[in-house]
Amino acid sequence: MSNIPPTPLAPRPTVAPATEADAAPSPEADTDSPPVFETKQLSVSYGSALAVADINMYIRRGQITALIGPSGCGKSTLLRCFNRMNDLIPDARVEGTILYEGLDLYGDDVDPIEVRRRIGMVFQKPNPFPKSIYDNVAYGPRVLKMKVDRMDDLVEQALRRAALWDEVSGKLKKSAVALSGGQQQRLCIARAIAVQPDVILMDEPCSALDPIATARIEDLMVELKQDYTIVIVTHNMQQAARVSDITAFLTAAVNEATGERHGELVEFAKTATLFTAPADERTEAYITGRFG
Amino acid sequence: MVLVLIAVTTLNNAWPAFRESGLSFVTSRQWIPNEGKFGALAFIYGTAVIAAIAVLLALPVSVGIALFVTEVAPARLRTMVVAVMDLLAGIPSVVFGLWGILVLAPNIAALYNWWSDLVEPIPLLTKLFDHTQTGRAFFTAGLILALMITPIITTITREVFATVPRNDKDGALALGATRWEMIKGVVFPHSIGGMVGATMLGLGRAMGETIAVALVIGSTPQIVANVFAGGDAMPAVIANQFGEATGVHRSALIGLGVTLFALTIIVNVSARTVVRRVDVRLRGLA
Repeated sequence: MSNIPPTPLAPRPTVAPATEADAAPSPEADTDSPPVFETKQLSVSYGSALAVADINMYIRRGQITALIGPSGCGKSTLLRCFNRMNDLIPDARVEGTILYEGLDLYGDDVDPIEVRRRIGMVFQKPNPFPKSIYDNVAYGPRVLKMKVDRMDDLVEQALRRAALWDEVSGKLKKSAVALSGGQQQRLCIARAIAVQPDVILMDEPCSALDPIATARIEDLMVELKQDYTIVIVTHNMQQAARVSDITAFLTAAVNEATGERHGELVEFAKTATLFTAPADERTEAYITGRFG
Repeated sequence: MVLVLIAVTTLNNAWPAFRESGLSFVTSRQWIPNEGKFGALAFIYGTAVIAAIAVLLALPVSVGIALFVTEVAPARLRTMVVAVMDLLAGIPSVVFGLWGILVLAPNIAALYNWWSDLVEPIPLLTKLFDHTQTGRAFFTAGLILALMITPIITTITREVFATVPRNDKDGALALGATRWEMIKGVVFPHSIGGMVGATMLGLGRAMGETIAVALVIGSTPQIVANVFAGGDAMPAVIANQFGEATGVHRSALIGLGVTLFALTIIVNVSARTVVRRVDVRLRGLA
């Protein structure tokens, strides 16, 4: 890929010297995996209200990238740009560019359905279909008419990858709605895996789960990153610190002229760096709990 | 309680006819009041046929409109469609009936015959859609009823579709499902109970509708496969004959009402059973 990734701290020139002073490696310094996504001046508005503005960042292959920040900072909005789920909101408008594998994700010839097949998503609230466990996993491959030799094998494989097989192997025909919340969420992960995506987006996947179920999902994420690129939105800073390689901190900025709030990217760095030596004082305030 | 009282008093009034005719009340097609023969089978048949036609026509249209309104239409169009449906629901049935007898029936016979010509080579269909002299027929009654129950079914299915969680729909779309695949995979399974309920309400209205049917069905009690032929239905018979009926004839007409009542209850109960089965299978609800 010939594109030079934008500097991680692009919107805030003031923080760049600080990064140098700390000699903290910027996210791309010691990694050669190519970016899967690259955003350039990405802004999203709903009607006339700006939701997030001027996001410049990238997502690297095989890594877990966490988006953190206070409520209303546009993390989820940003995440939903990556699989074009914002298209489904009637008056949402996306400006700027997102490159996926160097290709304009919002280009005229790009089919959002195909985008969503390649870029899976797991939601905040587990949302299994009111069908059997088996049919939940098989839904994607069936809908996409994937060529599957044996659906049973594919279902088993996906459930194994999602660390759910041992718990459900005997009751595949049972309703998915009867599973516990944590199991439902792992089923949703299995469902996403079954269509063999490239990237998995997770929108606060553990916020509805208890700590034990959360720990299982976190372990699962770390396992899955061998095969998938993962982007996770989380409210939980410890979670970001535990699982992610790269963290992006967003916050809600106030436009002085209009008084309206919109999200913007404050800092984007290796997780270890961001949590131990944040370059921006707002990041520091947030991670130390003084704000948000 | 009220339901029980209604059941008891009508049954009481209908008793002489039931006693006289016995089981032949529902198995015989001979309805000759002068000879004291009261076999309601032709009316039961007519009611069943027109109600079935009405639901078969109205259900796909209603579900289509409801889906369009909830999933596709922009807000402005949505309010317009909803307003039209509410308006349609408010039209008195006699107006539908008059329109049916004055406008629809005289003009539709030609269409029926055109269709009969078209399906003539197909043995089964030609039995169902045979040639006709008049537009006052089973199918015309079914058509009018379909118009009358479409707003009801549309309104209820629309409400039900609107309660499908955004989150669940997003789940299917995020897997790369198209809108239609999402509807099949998420919206329908979620709404099956409500859709059946809506259909039952529509069916109930279609089975019980009196005046519009009485005007267009042709009042010729007969059991024929041809839906373009004239027929008769239970509520229409009651309305047409009750004024001049006395004695056993009168009680036989009340007996028709009881039969209709029983029929709606049977349909309702079986629909509930179906819904419960489907729900258990889909959601694991006990």
